[in-house]
Amino acid sequence: MYSEKVMDHFNNPRNVGEIENPSGVGTVGNAKCGDIMRMYLDIDENGVIQEARFKTFGCGAAVATSSMATELVKGKTVQQALEVTNKAVMEALDGLPPVKVHCSLLAEEAIHAALWDYAEKNGIKIEGLNPPVNDISEKEEEEDY
Amino acid sequence: MEKVIYLDNAATTQVYPEVLDAMLPYFTEYYANPSSVYTFAAESAKAVNHARESVAKLLHAKPEEIYFTGGGSESDNWAIKAAAEAYGEKGKHIITSKIEHHAVLNTCAYLEKKGFEVTWLDVDEDGKISLSDLEAAIRPDTILISIMAANNEIGTVQPIREIGKIAREHGVLFHTDAVQAFGHIPLDVEEMNIDMLSASGHKINGPKGVGVLYIRKGVKIRSFIHGGAQERKRRAGTHNVPGIVGIGKAAELALDTMGERSKKETELRDYLIERVLKEIPYTRLNGHRSDRLPNNANFCFRFIEGESMLILLDQAGICASSGSACTSGSLDPSHVLLAIGLPHEIAHGSLRLTLSEKNTTEEIDYTVEELKKIIERLRGMSPLYEDFVKKQQN
Repeated sequence: MYSEKVMDHFNNPRNVGEIENPSGVGTVGNAKCGDIMRMYLDIDENGVIQEARFKTFGCGAAVATSSMATELVKGKTVQQALEVTNKAVMEALDGLPPVKVHCSLLAEEAIHAALWDYAEKNGIKIEGLNPPVNDISEKEEEEDY
Repeated sequence: MEKVIYLDNAATTQVYPEVLDAMLPYFTEYYANPSSVYTFAAESAKAVNHARESVAKLLHAKPEEIYFTGGGSESDNWAIKAAAEAYGEKGKHIITSKIEHHAVLNTCAYLEKKGFEVTWLDVDEDGKISLSDLEAAIRPDTILISIMAANNEIGTVQPIREIGKIAREHGVLFHTDAVQAFGHIPLDVEEMNIDMLSASGHKINGPKGVGVLYIRKGVKIRSFIHGGAQERKRRAGTHNVPGIVGIGKAAELALDTMGERSKKETELRDYLIERVLKEIPYTRLNGHRSDRLPNNANFCFRFIEGESMLILLDQAGICASSGSACTSGSLDPSHVLLAIGLPHEIAHGSLRLTLSEKNTTEEIDYTVEELKKIIERLRGMSPLYEDFVKKQQN
């Protein structure tokens, strides 16, 4: 079901954990649909991401996309990190099963949410960054039998 | 993978060698169509009749009330749709529960679209329906009650005898999906007033692709698969002779071994449940503590998600299943876990372990040890656990 790269990142997730006093932290997803990602970023005075860590509640693909997303944003500038799209995360993992594509979207949103928090804390505006929408919420959905 | 520890016997079971041995001659030696006239076909016809007797004996039914089908889902579809068709003039109301297997759930939903009205009974936190709710739901136009004998996910056994009594008193047809209960717990269609009962071969160490619908004599439901005159003109299609021989043999073995097997499985199940609840914090048992299938254990581990748990268990050589959304192919976790009142995030962390008489204490010990490591690891990377721990500290 999963590619070797997905399994590798699930079995040996990179950068799991927290950062104390992070430059930015963002949490996306909701427990109702079974995925929550939290991304921590440490960004230096030149706007370069020095450290990225994550915590994820979710399936194999959710863990793997979080892990890959942290790898992809490390060492990048804030602007470059914005270009780490869900597509880039998926490609780096050699693809995901169709039902798991939403996990890669969550990873992209987690990066954006952490960057938004960083921008808020520092009173700066990041070109092309929108406020996070997919925060933990209890959305009401139709029961589907 | 060195050795597989198979703890998913509610999904399917191993075909027992005795069952396979009984089946084999009917592929290559006695391959005749039992409906044929010549003497060569007599052996096949005899085998089908013998299997019918074995299944009837397990259910305390008459052989002529046993109809062979292509499996449990077909039996459920046949019973419910044909009852709706046969009794639709009397009324259009059906009563079922919220925790039925999808073969019943989706069939009733289909009938709802066709103009039938369905009452979906709630269950309590243990997964049991309320008999007074059931009785209150019965109306003059109620034609069918379909309540499963035992739940496939959480293992809860329903008060089938009492349901049968209520149905009989009100003159309503009673169907039970007994796919999980058949051959595992005693069932008596006479004493329990069951009018129709669905069962399957592969849940009792028989082959896949063969099932049974018991139809009480006098229940006037018609054919679901139209064609030839097989099964007293009620279920067309050439008999799956090896499969039927297989379910017959499996039923025979199940009847012979039920007492001892269920005792052994219950002991192992209770040992597993006690260890898990004692040694893994923030864990709950789903389903009724004692009125449950002898081989079923179902847990929710808070703060973690089921699919991740299954992948890691698989890597440890353990086969299990979960009611998480990720394993069901939808965004919602199991309808059964939601119906017993669990919040979504807890339902996502469910694990079902279903044993067989062949599992050993050593296998259970190994599973519990692996489970402890896996849950600790997944909680270590869970933001929900992080929030919980921080809350505890404040």
